[in-house]
Amino acid sequence: MSACRPTIHMTVNGEMRAVDAPPMKRLLDVLREDLHLTGTKEGCGEGECGSCSVRMNGELVNSCLIPVLQAERADIQTVEGLALNGKLHPLQEAFLQCGGAQCGICTPGMLMAAAQLIERNPHPGMAEIREGLAGNLCRCTGFMRIFESVIAGAAEASERAVEHAHDAR
Amino acid sequence: MRGNAVTHELIAPGNLAAVLELLAAEPGVWTPIAGGTELMVAFAAGRLSAARLVSLWDIPDLRFVRETEESMVIGAGVTFLDLRRHTLLAAELPLLAKAARWIGSIANQGRATLGGNLVNGSPAADSSPALLAYDAEIELVSVRGSRRIAYRDFHTGYKRNALAADELLYAVHVPRRFARHRQYLRKVGTRRAMAISKVALAATALVENEAVSEIRLAAASLAAFPVRLYRTEDALLGQRLTRETIAAARSALLAEALPIDDIRSTAEYRRRVAANLLEEFLLEIAREATRP
Repeated sequence: MSACRPTIHMTVNGEMRAVDAPPMKRLLDVLREDLHLTGTKEGCGEGECGSCSVRMNGELVNSCLIPVLQAERADIQTVEGLALNGKLHPLQEAFLQCGGAQCGICTPGMLMAAAQLIERNPHPGMAEIREGLAGNLCRCTGFMRIFESVIAGAAEASERAVEHAHDAR
Repeated sequence: MRGNAVTHELIAPGNLAAVLELLAAEPGVWTPIAGGTELMVAFAAGRLSAARLVSLWDIPDLRFVRETEESMVIGAGVTFLDLRRHTLLAAELPLLAKAARWIGSIANQGRATLGGNLVNGSPAADSSPALLAYDAEIELVSVRGSRRIAYRDFHTGYKRNALAADELLYAVHVPRRFARHRQYLRKVGTRRAMAISKVALAATALVENEAVSEIRLAAASLAAFPVRLYRTEDALLGQRLTRETIAAARSALLAEALPIDDIRSTAEYRRRVAANLLEEFLLEIAREATRP
């Protein structure tokens, strides 16, 4: 039994990873310190601000609240996993174009929350965007531009999906 | 002072039987942790006293919803996002679905469990007023077997409850017989999302022949734990909803509530707002009752 270091296996951004870490180490710290994925930020460290948001088994989670043992065999997606083959995700493009990022600390979390939202709801309305991003705080208070970025990114993402469907035919 | 992962032990037996064996073998030694939305906050701040933790996260024996003729049975490991996505639950138990929607954020809802919310026992717990208004029962389990108690008897003091050292909260049984009742739930906090209640009020009531024939009132943040407002209920039972009855109910609530001043609000504000919420509900059902 242990404060010893079991090996934790996870899929991170599509790659199998094995990490030796104390089971109570936060997923956030494992991502940043052990896997050097520093895109995920720490804000409040208590699940209030959403800076550390990642997706785990298809759900949005605050990685600061997850002991890494509970991520054993999980499928994790971080902001580094959003771009595909060097091409930015439509949400990332939209945040750039619409001024959705200022200081950048909240941005990875905003992107992950937005990605989660549009995967389940490809055409979210403003109320749904506000709800989907309610757990993500921007201290530069750029919320309106962030919401506009999500609308633009969602539209572009569904266009790409349509094109993709055409190409596949 | 930050939490240090090396000083806490965490194991994940993966099934209910193994967790219960562990709790029975060393009662009081192991602290269960489910989605971590409370304990990991304490851990990060360096104030998690539990040295040995056992994970309940994603144990299938605890993450289920079953329907019987009388009740919806909700496993303690069901998350608030699970609750929101369960269409039958949302239709049958609108107050619980509403409470699930306003707990924290989407990320919190995907991890926070119903059982965790109840065992943590915050006076401001979001799911508690709804469950009290629905007169829910809870099922506790240990290697010795299982037992059911009324949820209203579960909390016994500030952050204290009826669980024995070797017991786990297994499930919540919510009666389905409230479909005909008028139902009410409103939370007052600093903003719509992510806010901890300053005060919340839940109610179910039946008005027959212009008189209140059944009523259950429950509140968060009006006492050291989530409570039923029995004396306020007594002021309403059997009464017609006249202006005088409503005034009497307000007085009963003001006398019965025992809120405190804290960082989120004051006792005075909580008392007054709770009375206003009660009045809002009573006026609503009074209007319904007199509608031709």
